[in-house]
Amino acid sequence: MTRGSVVRAVARKDLAVEMGSRVVINQVAPFALVVMVMFAFALDNEGILSRVAPGLVWLATLFSMLVVVQRSFAVESADGALDALRVAGVDPVAIFLGKSVALMVQLFALEVLLVCTAFVLYGVEPSPAGWAEAFVTMVAATVGLGFVGTLYGGLAAGARGRETLLPLLLLPVVAPVLIGATRATEAAFGSGGASVSEGWPWIGLLAVFAVLFGAAGSAAFGPLVDE
Amino acid sequence: MTPTGAHATTGTPATRRLGLVVCVLLVLLVLSGLWWSAEDVVQGSTVRIMYVHVPSIWVAYMAFALTAVCSGAYLSRGTRSVAWDRVAGASAEIGVLFVAVSLVTGSLWGRLTWGTYWVWDARLTSTAFLFITYVGYLAVRRLGGTLRQRARRSAVLALLAVLEIPLVHFSVELWRSLHQEASVANPNAKVEMDGLMLFTLMLGLATFTALFVWLVLHRQRVILLEDTVADRGLDEAIASRRDEAGAR
Amino acid sequence: MTNVVELRGVVAVLGGFPALAGVDLTVGRGEVLLLQGPNGAGKTSVLRVCAGLLPVERGGGSILGMDITAQRDSIRSRVGLLGHTNGLYLDLTVAQNIRFWASTVGASRDEVSAAMQRMGLDGRLASVKADRLSAGQRRRCALASMIVRRAELWLLDEPHAGLDAAGRDEIDSVLRDAVAAGATVVVSSHELERAGALATRVVTVDGGTVRDGGGAR
Repeated sequence: MTRGSVVRAVARKDLAVEMGSRVVINQVAPFALVVMVMFAFALDNEGILSRVAPGLVWLATLFSMLVVVQRSFAVESADGALDALRVAGVDPVAIFLGKSVALMVQLFALEVLLVCTAFVLYGVEPSPAGWAEAFVTMVAATVGLGFVGTLYGGLAAGARGRETLLPLLLLPVVAPVLIGATRATEAAFGSGGASVSEGWPWIGLLAVFAVLFGAAGSAAFGPLVDE
Repeated sequence: MTPTGAHATTGTPATRRLGLVVCVLLVLLVLSGLWWSAEDVVQGSTVRIMYVHVPSIWVAYMAFALTAVCSGAYLSRGTRSVAWDRVAGASAEIGVLFVAVSLVTGSLWGRLTWGTYWVWDARLTSTAFLFITYVGYLAVRRLGGTLRQRARRSAVLALLAVLEIPLVHFSVELWRSLHQEASVANPNAKVEMDGLMLFTLMLGLATFTALFVWLVLHRQRVILLEDTVADRGLDEAIASRRDEAGAR
Repeated sequence: MTNVVELRGVVAVLGGFPALAGVDLTVGRGEVLLLQGPNGAGKTSVLRVCAGLLPVERGGGSILGMDITAQRDSIRSRVGLLGHTNGLYLDLTVAQNIRFWASTVGASRDEVSAAMQRMGLDGRLASVKADRLSAGQRRRCALASMIVRRAELWLLDEPHAGLDAAGRDEIDSVLRDAVAAGATVVVSSHELERAGALATRVVTVDGGTVRDGGGAR
C-alpha cells in the first residue's frame, strides 16, 4: 500500500462525503456570502468597500475555514471512523495529506465564490494580469490554509470544547496568511493604487508558509491525533 | 524525588536562599528604579516604567525558549521524562504572565510618551500574537488525558509555536515596513542612559531572571505535587475499582 | 508458539478513572475467548487496550508478539476492532464506505465484492447511505470492512447487541469463518447462551480486573 494511494483515497473520501451531504455547498457557502453582505452593511461606503475588499475576502475565507475544518473532523468522529482508521494502522501522514487536499479543494471553491462576490458587490475591477495574480495568490494561500487547518483541526477534534479551542489555536497561526494574501490580493485588484508587481513578494511569503506547515504538519499530525 | 507526607512543600533550602536573594534584589530595584536613578531628559519619571517593562519581556522570551527546549528534550529519544513536560508547562505559564505584564506596562508607557495605548508597530503586534499563542498552548495543556498524552500533545504544540512565531513576526514586520513610512520608534531607543540608569536596567534584568528561576522551580514542583496527588488518587481508585468485583 | 494476547497487570485510565485496575489475560492462537461481566466492568477497555487504542498506564504485555506500548503502530495494522461505533461515514453509501476501507489496506476489487456478498450488502443496499441503515445493517457493513482487512486478531465489543436472530447467526458464522482462516477472536457479550456456544473459553471481567471464569471448554 503506497502512501500516495492512501492520500488519494482519503481525499476522495472526504470529497465524496461533501458530495453526499452538500454541507459546504448548502450551508458554508451561503454563510460566507452572508458575511460579505454584512461587511457591506458595517462599512456603508462604496469607496471604502472596494479599497478593503481583499481583506474582507480573506477574513470571510478564514471564518468559513473554521466551519469547514470542524465539519471535516465531525465527519470522522460521528461513528468512530478516525478511531477505526487509527486501529487499522493507516499511515497518519497519509491521513493528514489526504484530508489537507480535500480541505484545499473546498476552500479554493469558496475563495472563487468570494472573489466573484467582491467583484459583483464591492466593485473591484482587476486587470487581466491582476486576475492571474489573484489566482496564484489563492492557490498559494489555500495550500497553506489546508495544511494548518487540518493540523490544528485534528488536535482539537477529540477535545472537549473543540468549537472554541479551534479558533483560539488556528487564528493566530494563520495571521501570516491573512496578511500575505490580503496584500497580494490588493496588488492584484489594484486597491488603494497598488500595482500588480507589488504582490509577488507576498505570494512568496504564502509559499514559504505552505511549505513549512506542510512539512511540520506531516511530522506533527500523527503524534497530535494519536494518543 | 516524589514528595511524601501531608506537609510536602515546594521549597528546598536552595529555593529558600534564592527566594531571599530575589527579595533583596527586588528591594534594591525599587529603590534604584524609583529614587536613586535620574529622570530622563525627555520622558521625565515616565522612563522608570522601563525598569519593569524591559525585564518582563526579557523573562517572557526566556520562558518560551525554555518551554521549547524542554519540549524538544521530551520528544527526543532517551530523555522522555515527564519532568521535562512539567518544566515546559511551568515556564510557559510564567511566560504568559510576563508577556501580559510587558503588554500592560508597554501600553501605559506608550500612553505617556506617544499619547496612545497602542500602535500597530511590528514588535507590539507580534508580542500580542505571542501572548495569544501561549494562552492557546496552556488551554491545550488542560485538555486532560494521561500525563504522557498531555506531555506529548503540548510538546508538539510548543515546537509548532517555534515555527509559527518567527513567521508571524516576519510577516508583521513586512506588513509594517510597507505601510508605515515613519515608524514610531521604540521608546527605549530615545532614552539617553547614564551610568545609574543602565545599572538599574541591568539590575532589573538580573532581578527578573532570578525571580523567573524561583517561580519556575516552585511552579514545576506544584505541578509535580498535583500529578502525584492524581497518581495517588489513582492508586485508591484502582483499589476501590477492584473492590467492585467483590461487592457484586 | 507465542500467545496472541498477553496482558500483565495492565492499568488503563479514562478521564482519571481506572477503567482497568490490573488485568492479567492470556489468549492463545486460534482461541475464541468470551469476555463476560456486568456493564462498566471494563470489557470494552480490555478490547481497546488489545487494539492499541487505549494507552497502558501501568503494567505491560504483548499482542501478536509485539510490545503493547512500544509497538502500537505495528499491532494496529494486524488487529481488527468492532466497537460500539462502526467506523462508518454516514454521508457515504455502503459501497463507498467499504471501498474506502479496502483502499486504505490495499484490498482488491474481488475481495471487496466477495466481502459485500458475504454480508449480503451487494444489490440494493450497496447504494444506500450509511445513515439510512438499521443498526444491524451498519454492523454488517463494519463486519465487511473487517473481512476486507484480514485481521489476525478480531476484537468484537458486544457484536450481538441490538440485532435480531438472523443478524446474530450471521455474526457467529462470520466469526467461525475467521477462526477457520486462522484468526484469534476475543468477543465481549453479556448474552452468554449465544456467544458461549462459539467460545472456547470464558473469562469474567469485573471491577476492572479479569477473573478466570472456568477454563477451556
